[in-house]
Amino acid sequence: MKDNMEGRKLVDQMDVKFQTRDVQVYYGDTHAIKDVNVDILDKTVTAFIGPSGCGKSTFLRSLNRMNDTIPIARVEGKILLDGEDIYDPKVDPVQLRAKVGMVFQKPNPFPKSIYDNIAYGPRIHGLARNKAELDDIVEHSLRRGALWDEVKDRLQEPGTGLSGGQQQRLCIARAVATEPEVLLMDEPCSALDPIATAQVEELIDELKQNFSVVIVTHSMQQAARVSQKTAFFHLGNLVEYGDTDQIFTNPVDPRTESYITGRIG
Amino acid sequence: MSPLWLLILILVLAIAGFAIGRTRAMASVDDHRKLHSRPNYYGTNVAMLAFAPAALLLAVWVVAQPIVINASVSHLIPETSYEDAGALNLIMSDVKRVAEGLDVAVAQGALSAEEARSIRTEFTDVRARLGEVGVALGANVDRDVLRAAQAYRARAATGTWFMTAAVLIVALAGFFFAIREARGDFRARNRVENGILTLLITAASIAILTTLGIVLSLLFNTIEFFRLYPALDFFTRLEWAPSFSGRGGASALGILPLLWGTFYISIVALLVATPIGLFAAIYLSEYASKRVRAFAKPLLEVLAGIPTIVYGLFALLTVGPLLVSVFGNGGLLGVDWMGGGRAVMTAGITMGVMLIPFVSSLSDDIINAVPQAMRDGSYGLGATQSETVRQVVLPAALPGIVGAVLLAASRAIGETMIVVLGAGAAARMSLNPFEAMTTVTAKIVSQLTGDSDFASPEALVAFALGITLFVVTLGLNVLALYIVRKYREQYE
Ligand SMILES: Nc1ncnc2c1ncn2[C@@H]1O[C@H](COP(=O)(O)OP(=O)(O)O)[C@@H](O)[C@H]1O
Ligand SMILES: [Mg+2]
Repeated sequence: MKDNMEGRKLVDQMDVKFQTRDVQVYYGDTHAIKDVNVDILDKTVTAFIGPSGCGKSTFLRSLNRMNDTIPIARVEGKILLDGEDIYDPKVDPVQLRAKVGMVFQKPNPFPKSIYDNIAYGPRIHGLARNKAELDDIVEHSLRRGALWDEVKDRLQEPGTGLSGGQQQRLCIARAVATEPEVLLMDEPCSALDPIATAQVEELIDELKQNFSVVIVTHSMQQAARVSQKTAFFHLGNLVEYGDTDQIFTNPVDPRTESYITGRIG
Repeated sequence: MSPLWLLILILVLAIAGFAIGRTRAMASVDDHRKLHSRPNYYGTNVAMLAFAPAALLLAVWVVAQPIVINASVSHLIPETSYEDAGALNLIMSDVKRVAEGLDVAVAQGALSAEEARSIRTEFTDVRARLGEVGVALGANVDRDVLRAAQAYRARAATGTWFMTAAVLIVALAGFFFAIREARGDFRARNRVENGILTLLITAASIAILTTLGIVLSLLFNTIEFFRLYPALDFFTRLEWAPSFSGRGGASALGILPLLWGTFYISIVALLVATPIGLFAAIYLSEYASKRVRAFAKPLLEVLAGIPTIVYGLFALLTVGPLLVSVFGNGGLLGVDWMGGGRAVMTAGITMGVMLIPFVSSLSDDIINAVPQAMRDGSYGLGATQSETVRQVVLPAALPGIVGAVLLAASRAIGETMIVVLGAGAAARMSLNPFEAMTTVTAKIVSQLTGDSDFASPEALVAFALGITLFVVTLGLNVLALYIVRKYREQYE
């Protein structure tokens, strides 16, 4: 019966990026994610919301196999990227992560110059044939990260010397530089002040023209502002998934409504 | 009263004071919740005031009294009977020995107290009398020495009497003062806290003052040395050839060959220890599973607990012969570079092995301090583990690792036993690492062992060597700690 269902869902829809089927994630004996089925669309911002500890980060990290770096984590079920199972033994997680980039909660620039931070991914993956091309990639990525004008005169200064908001945009530019198809962001604004947050949100809005963006956020306003699709998680379950407008104005599940109106969280 | 008994007495007073103070404070209010502090604080306050000042006075007195008496008694020795300060010191130790002998004789009843005070060398064979009670003297007792010894005893007795009185007065004064204070509204708790603070500060100052004392003693002896031997020669001469027969000018005491040996051996040691220690640290912190780590890390650290003399034996018996069998005459390589087992290489390699756990343990801590977020960032961009280690973790940890290596270097420079046994004793400036050389530390040992005359430049040079070494390692340590601290701040 399960095969049946998969057969139906696996029909290639051009605009679906990720399809997940009955995904379970365990940390040792803890069952952190239960039966999650979701279709994440291309060129769309999808927000994951839900109370702390409900498994948003865990699910996000299973989309680019970052959970592989946690020895006790175990993922079951199917996660398809463009129809291909990313947990298939043939798939190299390292290459997968080049396609599915990630931005973390706390800005984590490398202790290198701004230029080398951006050039890190392109160098590893051999995206530039020569210095001029690499320069182009760096400039292009910084422009897309809305950071170029602020740093173009000090590309050789350490990335750690930037302000928090600049650092986070640097990390986004760094992720963009490897030309991923999907960008995963785990609470990218939680360490930022309101001005920096606004800049990053603006950036996310532009990024969706080229990428599929998945963003975990604690702020309902942020989810409402930047996303077109919203998934509400609760205690490891995906409770409700739909258009952001519908979730915020007319939620189906009572738990979603309680959360949105501030009664659980 | 002897200092020990005095100490016991004031201790008893303090314990009694604790009980009395506590009781008095409780009795001063109808409900002991009205006390400013908990009752024990009142007791402690009394005990503290009864004990601490008196004990402090006692300690100072016990240290100061012999010094003062020594100085005053030494005037009784006629200046004609000694030539220099060293000879006077010898006479004064005779004086003390005779004085102690008289004490023993009185205690055993062989002499009456009156006799001990008044016997004269002219009428009594003091050496024989003291011999009877088991105090052996090397020579017949000189008239002046006996006089001085008797004066010494008299003054010591007076001093002790005054000490007993003073300590008891101070103890009792503190005791009664504190008892009077032990009333409900007195802030005993704050006073006791201050007392504890003072104790802690004292402990910290002792550590610092000791260091200062060591430096000063080195410094004075070094100044003394430079009076006998020109400083310029010491720092610039390329020759080390102390002569123990002739004095002063006959010796060549240039530090450069020793520094050369020290640095050469240290560099070999670091060339061994740094890569191996660092790779071990990378393996342990980045690749090893929890189980391997739990077992390998302590094992590596056991290496650090081996006494250096054991490494010295290892150099002498294993590393040296092994190297000779490879690089020596008729060795595996067919070259004849190495004459004997003792060489820069022997000591350097052994010292390197000794430093491996030091480097690896420090580097491991430092690598572990690199935030996981940094690694995640790299993995998130599709980097492999080894790319992450090489391009993110190591650059991030580099300042700390440099600091660790500098700390290791200062250990290598100060290391003694391995070079004494492994490097040889020849002070030589050569580039050949298979030749025997020696180091500053090894020479300090050899200049001060055996019969050395502490007034000669050949012995005093050890202090100049010591302080030079101290300055070099201190500089390295300060630099290393500065770098490590800077690095820590980066991630806080
Ligand atoms: N590395 C880990 N090891 C063990 N348990 C974890 C780990 N990370 C998360 N968990 C557990 O998984 C659950 C989901 O956590 P997480 O995905 O971080 O939640 P969220 O991001 O929604 O706040 C929590 O109960 C948490 O305790
Ligand atoms: Mg989270």
